[in-house]
Amino acid sequence: MNGPQDLGGRAGFGPVVSEPDEPLWHAGWEPRALALTIATAALGHWTLDEVRHAREKLPPAFYLSARYYDIWLTALEALLIRHGELTPDELAAGHARQPGLRPDRHLPAERVAATLARGGPTERPARAPARFALGDRVRTRNLQPETHTRLPGYAREKQGVIVAVHGAHVFADSHAHGLGENPQWLYGIRFEPEDLWGEPGGAQVHIDAWEPYLEPA
Amino acid sequence: MHDHDHDDNHLDPMSARVRALETILTEKGLVESAALDAIIETVETRIGPRNGAGVVARAWAEPDYADWLERDAPAAIADMGHTGRQGEHIRALFNTPQTHNMVVCTLCSCYPWPVLGLPPVWYKSPPYRARAVRDPRGVLAEFGVTLPDATQIRVWDSTAEIRYLVVPMRPAGTDGLDQAALAALVTRNSMIGTGLALEPGR
Repeated sequence: MNGPQDLGGRAGFGPVVSEPDEPLWHAGWEPRALALTIATAALGHWTLDEVRHAREKLPPAFYLSARYYDIWLTALEALLIRHGELTPDELAAGHARQPGLRPDRHLPAERVAATLARGGPTERPARAPARFALGDRVRTRNLQPETHTRLPGYAREKQGVIVAVHGAHVFADSHAHGLGENPQWLYGIRFEPEDLWGEPGGAQVHIDAWEPYLEPA
Repeated sequence: MHDHDHDDNHLDPMSARVRALETILTEKGLVESAALDAIIETVETRIGPRNGAGVVARAWAEPDYADWLERDAPAAIADMGHTGRQGEHIRALFNTPQTHNMVVCTLCSCYPWPVLGLPPVWYKSPPYRARAVRDPRGVLAEFGVTLPDATQIRVWDSTAEIRYLVVPMRPAGTDGLDQAALAALVTRNSMIGTGLALEPGR
């Protein structure tokens, strides 16, 4: 979606400000918000792609100004409500008013280490041969869905060259919307700066792009 | 950016929201507070840039390990004991005098957790995400890094589930150092590409 998350190449945000010796957390609630996000993923109601989409669908003014873990927390509340595990009344009251749907799938403390160590690999067996090979010139399509996509706006309708073939991976555009894994070939694409920005200088930029984003150049 | 002590009746709004959500989900049996504690302990103690620094130092010291890291980074990194969430499909990018690599996630905050831990605030912020792809030399200057004009910059936007670890160039004057001393020269930013490895004795 052409949402506030799609920031590559935007102007006006000012310099990058880094904090010397930055602490891991900036408030006591931040680790709790992160842990709630990870723990509730185990319930199996949503995918990581749906989580990303829930964040980018937040109001742009909020998305661009909120602290990052506030974005996480606000998206988590929305996901829990969407999947029937939470109501606005409960949030207002600060207490449960109805039972949980999937307590049987909650993440027990003793399974945390194994769950985090396993992660969530996204490579899958390919269902068809790869359409493109290393060195092929490709053009990204003019895709502007209102749904989740991982083709950034600055790299849309641009010519580049395939520099990596990563195998078939879960397709985020489908997976974010409950449409299954729909694995697609994933490629590393290199763009020259003049093709992205209309002028020389700058740097070569790489993105990783699924096959449905691409056509032969 | 500070954290006052509060008693439960006077929580700041964010703390109150998080407390309320944890209470509701715990009452429903959907989360266990002990599991939240274990998650926090893992991200505080098991992941972080010291892991990545050990990987880089070994790659500097052992050419065979560097080859392995280049061919199959997940396996080479797992050999150092680092695996898991947001490191499932990792690739190592080796800086050279000709090429400097820099990593960003313009669309969210993708980051190689097992080797670098959680991303710093600036990495997740609009200024970095907006400008890393368009003006990387300008961004590097804000980090105090100036590269020779002849060095080509390659920016890697983490738009899918591949995660990138930059292997900075080994500084001069480090021939006699063991891997622990080498690892101490490898900063977090040097593994994102917004910094260089430290020179010994500085």
